[in-house]
Amino acid sequence: MSVLAPAVPVTAEDRVSVASNWQLVWWRFRKHRLALVSALVLLVLYVTVLCPDFFSTQDPEATEARLAFIPIQRLHVFDGLRPSPWVPDVAGKRNPTTLRMEWRVDESRKIPVRFFVTGYPYRLLGVVSTRIHLLGASADGRERLHLLGTDRLGRDQWSRLVHGTRTSMTIGLTAVTFSVILGVLLGGISGYYGGPADAVIQRLIELLQSLPTIPIWLALTAALPRDWSPQQVFFAITVILSLVGWTTLGREVRGRFLALREEDFVLAAELAGASQRRIIVRHMVPTFLSHIIATSTLAIPAMIINETSLSFLGLGIRPPAISWGVLLQEAQNIQTVALAPWLLVPGAVVILSVLAFNLVGDGLRDAADPYSQ
Amino acid sequence: MTTPVLQVKDLRVHFFLDEGLVRAVDGVSFDVHPGQVVGIVGESGCGKSVTMKAILQIVEPPGRIVGGQILFQKDSAPAVDLTRLSPRGAELRAIRGAEIALIPQEPMAAFSPVHSVGEQVIEALRLHERQWRPSGPRLSRGEARSMTVDLFRSVGISMPDERVDAYSWQLSGGLRQRAMIAMALSCRPRLLIADEPTTAIDVTTQAQILNLLRDLQRRHGTAIVFITHDLGVIAQMARYVVVMYLGRVMEQGSVEQIFHAPKHPYTRALLKSIPSVNVAPRTLLPTIAGSIPHPLGRPRGCPFHPRCPDAIHGLCAERVPALRPVGPTQLASCFLYNRDEAVEP
Amino acid sequence: MSGTPWLLEVRRLRKSFAIRRGWNRKVVGVVSAVDDVSFTIREGETLGLVGESGCGKTTTARCILRAIKPTSGEVLFRTADGRVVDLAPLSRRELRPLRPQIQMVFQDPFGSLNPRMTIFDNVGEPLLVNGLRDRRMRLDRVADLLELTGLRPEHMHRFPHAFSGGQRQRIGIARALATEPRLVVADEPVSALDVSVQAQVLNLFLELRTRLHLTLLFVAHDLSVVKHLSDRVAVMYVGQLVELATAEAIFRHPRHPYTAALMRAMPVPDPHAPSGDVALAGEVANPADPPPGCYFHPRCPFVTEVCRTERPPLRAIDAGHLVRCHRAEELALTGVGAEPPRAPGTAW
Repeated sequence: MSVLAPAVPVTAEDRVSVASNWQLVWWRFRKHRLALVSALVLLVLYVTVLCPDFFSTQDPEATEARLAFIPIQRLHVFDGLRPSPWVPDVAGKRNPTTLRMEWRVDESRKIPVRFFVTGYPYRLLGVVSTRIHLLGASADGRERLHLLGTDRLGRDQWSRLVHGTRTSMTIGLTAVTFSVILGVLLGGISGYYGGPADAVIQRLIELLQSLPTIPIWLALTAALPRDWSPQQVFFAITVILSLVGWTTLGREVRGRFLALREEDFVLAAELAGASQRRIIVRHMVPTFLSHIIATSTLAIPAMIINETSLSFLGLGIRPPAISWGVLLQEAQNIQTVALAPWLLVPGAVVILSVLAFNLVGDGLRDAADPYSQ
Repeated sequence: MTTPVLQVKDLRVHFFLDEGLVRAVDGVSFDVHPGQVVGIVGESGCGKSVTMKAILQIVEPPGRIVGGQILFQKDSAPAVDLTRLSPRGAELRAIRGAEIALIPQEPMAAFSPVHSVGEQVIEALRLHERQWRPSGPRLSRGEARSMTVDLFRSVGISMPDERVDAYSWQLSGGLRQRAMIAMALSCRPRLLIADEPTTAIDVTTQAQILNLLRDLQRRHGTAIVFITHDLGVIAQMARYVVVMYLGRVMEQGSVEQIFHAPKHPYTRALLKSIPSVNVAPRTLLPTIAGSIPHPLGRPRGCPFHPRCPDAIHGLCAERVPALRPVGPTQLASCFLYNRDEAVEP
Repeated sequence: MSGTPWLLEVRRLRKSFAIRRGWNRKVVGVVSAVDDVSFTIREGETLGLVGESGCGKTTTARCILRAIKPTSGEVLFRTADGRVVDLAPLSRRELRPLRPQIQMVFQDPFGSLNPRMTIFDNVGEPLLVNGLRDRRMRLDRVADLLELTGLRPEHMHRFPHAFSGGQRQRIGIARALATEPRLVVADEPVSALDVSVQAQVLNLFLELRTRLHLTLLFVAHDLSVVKHLSDRVAVMYVGQLVELATAEAIFRHPRHPYTAALMRAMPVPDPHAPSGDVALAGEVANPADPPPGCYFHPRCPFVTEVCRTERPPLRAIDAGHLVRCHRAEELALTGVGAEPPRAPGTAW
């Protein structure tokens, strides 16, 4: 039998024996129903991140004062017994005293919801120019479709929410990725080389951890030049969040390296003549990578909440850029909330995503638990 | 014939894992008479540690005693079945430490690092005071301490009055194990369970500890259940030997019978495969073919049959041999001697 | 054997560890884990290094492998091209080209293989790191090595968690042999294995020795295991070499009281054998604070005044038999194996 091709695993025992660590982790993760469902939720959220315009119904930045504070047009899936999605129409009346338009849901008139409609133009994935959107009413604009209502400037909240999801979820992920890179790098140097490098890095970690985070963020983001583009601000926020967030991970990684240095298989690699770089990258890091990923997943919700808080205070992402925090800014004053409670929906989405990340992170951590190996 | 201190009858302990059922102990029976040393010997996965835990009712979930009895004879009182007692109940707690004591394998792990060893012995004395001293005034601090110092002296700990205040991590391996023995014997138990007590210590210290155990056993008449994988130690310590493999007893008998007239193919093969200083060097040792199967992959029929040089085709792979006499006091579970007696699965 | 050149000569090897206390890590004492150890190993020979915990045998082995750097002394190694190199002072970079010639077999079968790499990756690592980039050639070589150590080559794409302790130890041996090393250091390779598996792995060592003409430094605490494999035996106590001789000589006629005590202390699997009533008193001496004079004197049944004050030198008492004892000539110590050796399995 040729040894060049791996033998096809036959029995269950065979499959386990050729299963790499990632396969074992996946098999264990699968057993956690809740984590699996949460992972699905996150998948859906990240799919919208890929192309928010496709899922939007209106241009998120299109303002029309006349259309302010339209309430939620609830999506009904069945019309009688037929599966035919529709939303109730809205009727507006101008208030004689304030001269503002006031909108009510009119259940008697139904607006059918169409799929793959033509809407405002955008670039799919930044490349292909198109006008197709997933949902919509008719193209001429006479039928209004506001799945989550509008805000005080008449902007469609559903579309804004979809766009805000992109920003907030991306910042969370990017900031944690940077943190992981910084943490593994500096924690690794600290743990593997020890000595003066270790001392310096450890003192740095202690310094960073003893600084009060909120004032630091506020100071750093307030220091950002006001004339920067939203993209630049986005990048800067990400970097700021990750600069402070790497320390816990750095400590953990250092601990792992210190323990791994004493392991026999690491010594065996040294005795075989492997270079230090190879030992670190090929031998040491893979053994705790699954744990790091699990821990990082649990760090993402914190980043999301940090960004949301900063933007809510007006110090992070600023309008016209959209994030969950920016959306929640609109719900800052109690009068507005009393008038248009649907402006709080972004808060529910924040809760949902944070919950989902926590559950997935827990599931991953249990699945990657080294003690069960 | 005196009544045994401990009678294990057809003990079964199963572990209910996600991956399947592990029959860690599957029908083990033996008696321990007063003052006798019974050795339980076997390799990893044989179930000797689980048997010990079952006697003390400290089997951890997902393990559970699913069958059999463990009858413990307290003085003249009728024997009590330990499997029927609640593991955390008062009756069992009164037995543990006072009537049945344990010398664990790792003395460092068994002592609390934040209390001195003397304090821990005193705790045992105090806890079971009414059992070894049914009447009279309560133990005072001074009395407890001087008793502990005497105990330490009797187990050969030098400078006992200083050592009483030492912490376990300040003592060497040999001294720690002696302190452990002192704690185990403090309440004059009827039965001592020694779980691989010398595995973690050096061979010269081991010789001292084994001598100490033999001496104490002679003096106090304590029965000992001695669990180990080291056949040399068993030969020196035990009067009666139980050989286990994958949860079943392969053979049991007096130590002379087991070492000089082993009947079971596993016992024979095991004895032959030990390198010994009396054996010609640099010759190939006769080995047992194959390796110990994973507990989840227990073979059908006799657990040893895939590795057995004398396996009977068609029989050993299908039915499990029952433990039956093959001599005056020797029992073996092997179809070579009792073709008709199988165990119901 | 005497005409064969030596492969390794260890001269006056010392390894000390500093004991530090206090916030400024002040050095308050020194532990001499290895204290003036010298011996040679000839090509094709197996030297057994034996002793109890804290005797320094593992530290000695690691100094030879240069896993740690000796404090002083020389580790002279005869390389494949005939040069004699002192490994002790070399830097990591200078050691790299020599690494393939000295390999190690570890004690713990569960920690010595990288759990995230397949067996092929684990065993092939020394080959890859030393330049064998062709994957097909590596596959062939790993298959050969696995067959050599009694494993099925098809299993090389499995992960370590699929194998038992004995099998993992075989894999470790296969890995150690990958670069065809001139010297193999085995650090307690069978201590963590079950009795029946020990025999299999010991047999494997015996076969490989003969087949590959291996030079082996076998570190163990179990004398019977050492006797089974070794040509010569060195006994260590608290960092010092106390006796060194051929296996026959040391077991029949030990000249150092500690060696004799070790032999008597070993439990023999025979209930009729005399039990060790003459057990040694006291504890193994503390390497951080050894007794004056002969380190063994507090436990020695033959101690005299000179033993308490003067450190005995290691000297030759017979041809090829070295002892560190003042009274070696006068003592008549009993060894083991006085009766003619039995072939295994002949008792019944």
